[in-house]
Amino acid sequence: METLGSALDIILRLDVALALLIGAIGGVVIGAIPGVGPAIAIAILLPATFSLEPVVGLTLLLGIYGSAMYGGAIPAILMNTPGTPVNALTTYDGYPMTKRGEAPRALSLAYGASFVGGVISVICLMAFAPYLAKIAPLFGSREIFLATVLGMLLVVIAHRGRSLAAGALLFFGIFLESIGLEPVQYTKRYTFDQSWLASGVDLIVMVLGLFALSQAFVLLVGKDNPVKPPKLEGGLFSGLKEVFKFPQIALPGAGFGTIMGIIPGVGEFTAQFLSYTWAQKISPNPERIGKGAPEGIIASEAANNAVPAAAMIPLLALGIPGEALTAMMLSVFYVHNIVPGPNLFRDQMDFVMALYLCLLILNFIALLFLIFATRPLLKVVSIPNRFLGMTILTLSFVGVYSLRNSMTDCVMAAAFGLLGLVLKRLDLPIVPIILGMVLGGIAESRFRTSLPRIDTMFDWINRPMAAGIFTIIVLVLLFHIRSLLRARSASVT
Amino acid sequence: MENSETETVRLTANSYHKAELVFALAAFLVALFLLSQIGSQVTWSSNKTLTNQPGFWPVMAIVGMVIFGAGEMVVSVRRFRTNAEGAIPNELLLWLRAIEFAAWFLIYVMIVPVAGYLFSTVVFCLLLTWRLGYRSKTYLMWGALTGFAVVFIFKTCLSVKIPGGQVYEYLPDGLRNFMILYF
Repeated sequence: METLGSALDIILRLDVALALLIGAIGGVVIGAIPGVGPAIAIAILLPATFSLEPVVGLTLLLGIYGSAMYGGAIPAILMNTPGTPVNALTTYDGYPMTKRGEAPRALSLAYGASFVGGVISVICLMAFAPYLAKIAPLFGSREIFLATVLGMLLVVIAHRGRSLAAGALLFFGIFLESIGLEPVQYTKRYTFDQSWLASGVDLIVMVLGLFALSQAFVLLVGKDNPVKPPKLEGGLFSGLKEVFKFPQIALPGAGFGTIMGIIPGVGEFTAQFLSYTWAQKISPNPERIGKGAPEGIIASEAANNAVPAAAMIPLLALGIPGEALTAMMLSVFYVHNIVPGPNLFRDQMDFVMALYLCLLILNFIALLFLIFATRPLLKVVSIPNRFLGMTILTLSFVGVYSLRNSMTDCVMAAAFGLLGLVLKRLDLPIVPIILGMVLGGIAESRFRTSLPRIDTMFDWINRPMAAGIFTIIVLVLLFHIRSLLRARSASVT
Repeated sequence: MENSETETVRLTANSYHKAELVFALAAFLVALFLLSQIGSQVTWSSNKTLTNQPGFWPVMAIVGMVIFGAGEMVVSVRRFRTNAEGAIPNELLLWLRAIEFAAWFLIYVMIVPVAGYLFSTVVFCLLLTWRLGYRSKTYLMWGALTGFAVVFIFKTCLSVKIPGGQVYEYLPDGLRNFMILYF
């Protein structure tokens, strides 16, 4: 209770409130525009937040992260085009409902389910935070090293059908991180005697290139998509109450989102898949799901909105980001000399709680904003793609150039942008490069700090937590190999 | 509106583009090149074990790139023969077309320190709007307005670190300081 009081003290300030409001509303608007998404917005805003206080900057970014999926449901339901990639499953049931003239109901169902998912996950995490604070100190260098290995493994496995490419890109990210001066003996690594490579590859430059510039290029070389959203007739309250008629779908959906969000590298897609499959299993009319059933929208939206809060857990408790957006947020912590990890959970629980309170409040702001502003938002949804590409290109400049006013950074960002374009065109994953770079750095430093205490290989796992993580790694590998073998034998027969 | 003749098929779930083979080959060759540079690009200390070597981490990453890259290439060849779609030359042309916009971006970066952030951004947005085929007054106005809004939000309100243009030196004292500070 005392912690909660201190947390309230942290966030009851005008600048934090303003950041929360701008972040939540901005996130909804950004999520509603197909082709932008929270990753691009966060990448662009990242350098601008460095001059803000940590709690203000993080609140702004969290606002965007946590509310973008609310907005992403609008084009998914009205235009059959997901605003963010994680709203793709919402199109299956949302768009058929729009075609039947039930767009307001579908939208309000999505908003209601998103709200349930978001709020439940934050409440769960706030309730479990004291226990996490007890577990977090059990993670030493060895445990964190093994956890990063597990995170890397999950990132590769999660890209089913693209695992080999994901693996190659993950190692490419690790390689990029290792370029420059090595941190112990200060010898050069892969600098090719170029002075601009001595300080290594900047994470933010790479993120801006891979996410923002690449998306600008994709939109600029593509075609406009002249789809106009239909007119909305009727109130947006009808579906809000209806969500509570399906607690057997909304609550497990939120649960799947929370659990999958905590596991590094898994995230929204797996949570949605599990939630949707669950809805199909328990629905009395499973054949309706996928053809315009409210259960489908609830399952998808409750699950994906529960992920952002949960994804902050490995970042805050262990300092290990599980996906690209939390990897970007890690740099905000570093800039302000706040090291997320076991010590943060132990020593600054009020700060952690303040972030969770912000996540809780943003759900209320996003819901209220959407109920009253969905109609004007429809104009933003129909901005032509290529015009949007021009805007992202202009905004990307702010992100890259304001870091160090460096032309070299801009050239590197443009090069990463072109690489990102190729990856996006080929439907290859970008996230493994980012996570490879972030997790690679953490893994190397933890590996080196562990080495003096390691005489034999068994010393890596001679503590209960380390042994537990190692067992999970082995089990994940075994399950993956088994599923691959099964898929192969199924395709042969 | 300008349409792209090089626009290729959009990939659907579980479908692969034939150009993935080109990417896989290029990635594998890059990995092999990096592997060949191990002797010259990292320092090897004679009195340290392998895991304590400064080059251990990049070498491990490159070996991973080579192994996974080789696997990806084999799989890409198999997909190329069976279920890949799209035409490689069209896709390569599209990749090359993106270089034009990368050049736009870099020219914009070079002009900002000279002509100032506000002027460069408004002109950049206007010209790019025109280049993209949006020639109506409404779109051009939106283009210019977008440029102004970006500068206003980031430089005027958020004070991001973008230096004033060299041309500001020719402005009268009061106006020069104002422009350097806010635009």
